Amino acid sequence: MSEWPLYEVFVRGKRGLNHVHVGSLHAPDDKLALMHARDVYTRRNEGVSIWVVRASDITASSPDEKDPMFAPSGDKVYRHPTFYDIPAHVPHL
Amino acid sequence: MTVTEPQLAEHFGATIARGDRIEPRDWMPEAYRRTLIRQIAQHAHSEIIGMQPEGDWISRAPSLRRKAILLAKVQDEAGHGLYLYSACETLGTSRRELTDKLLSGKQKYSSIFNYPTPSYADVGTIGWLVDGAAICNQVPLCRTSFGPYGRAMIRICKEESFHQRQGYELLMTMMRGTDEQRAMVQESVDRFWWPALMMFGPPDGASPNTEQSMAWGIKRNTNDELRQKFVDMTVPQARALGVTLPDPQLRWNSERQAHDFGEPDWDEFWAVVNGAGPCNAERLAHRRKAHDDGAWVREAAVAFARLEEAL
Repeated sequence: MSEWPLYEVFVRGKRGLNHVHVGSLHAPDDKLALMHARDVYTRRNEGVSIWVVRASDITASSPDEKDPMFAPSGDKVYRHPTFYDIPAHVPHL
Repeated sequence: MTVTEPQLAEHFGATIARGDRIEPRDWMPEAYRRTLIRQIAQHAHSEIIGMQPEGDWISRAPSLRRKAILLAKVQDEAGHGLYLYSACETLGTSRRELTDKLLSGKQKYSSIFNYPTPSYADVGTIGWLVDGAAICNQVPLCRTSFGPYGRAMIRICKEESFHQRQGYELLMTMMRGTDEQRAMVQESVDRFWWPALMMFGPPDGASPNTEQSMAWGIKRNTNDELRQKFVDMTVPQARALGVTLPDPQLRWNSERQAHDFGEPDWDEFWAVVNGAGPCNAERLAHRRKAHDDGAWVREAAVAFARLEEAL
């Protein structure tokens, strides 16, 4: 059983895009986590840069809390542009 | 092996020339960094100050529906300010520094927010014309050369579409109302048309930073190009709405396949930029007061976090 901490790995596919979570791995320290992430997750040119973050440093909500977290925005339909009727003959809106 | 500055500059230039984005950890010329900090900060400050002119109408909105919409819109402006401050901070500045520079007047915000909103129709006009002009400015910025700025702009543009549509819909509703309501819309459009055109900045001949900003891929279009685009998009919308735009020189030029239009009053523009607009002092005083009044909240939050840590 590994004693190494768990790291989450994020890869930027190309310049201009966000880093996206791709998975996780164990490593003894930050530097090796980066090296391992390269070897595990980017063997086929998947990206231009990598972030590794200790999983224990991430604060996350759980899908079980989905309702209390996100329900408040559910009934605010007026936040969407489609809520407003604009006649079809009005251009560029 | 050490890499020399000319080599770094060459690498930077090649990235820009390929149409690729610069990301925060890349080497970049100091002037590029400074220009971006100034532009993104000004943009962020505009979102935050921009909450005020419309915020004045939240408690006076004529229905619960309009109040909910206006609240959601002003809340979005706060969110947009936060996206942009975060993008700006990736360049090595801090939130505190940016806030200080806004409050001390060292960094500017868009001059449009120094105009008052004495009429409820202004809520609609701001959505239609001011947010419409902002969208014209912002859509090309989704492809700006600095990655975090472009990504913030993509989020903002997506959300901004609701702002413009709610404004136009509000004005359409008023135009279907009484003569008095129609007159309110026309009066509001008359006041906001020229300031909205000024949002694109001085004419190209008087915009010394444009050339370098375009070479760096920060800006994708000149001020005059965007102003023209905005006029061409807005004229048919005004016609459909049933309002006139207050410019006797405005007419279609079939040769250019674009509208000719008059020159904004640039003396007024510079006066407002330099502090003499109708609401400059009021906007900054309000922002300073909000900052000071919120000091205890920031202190209490830190004290609570320390307490949690100690437990």
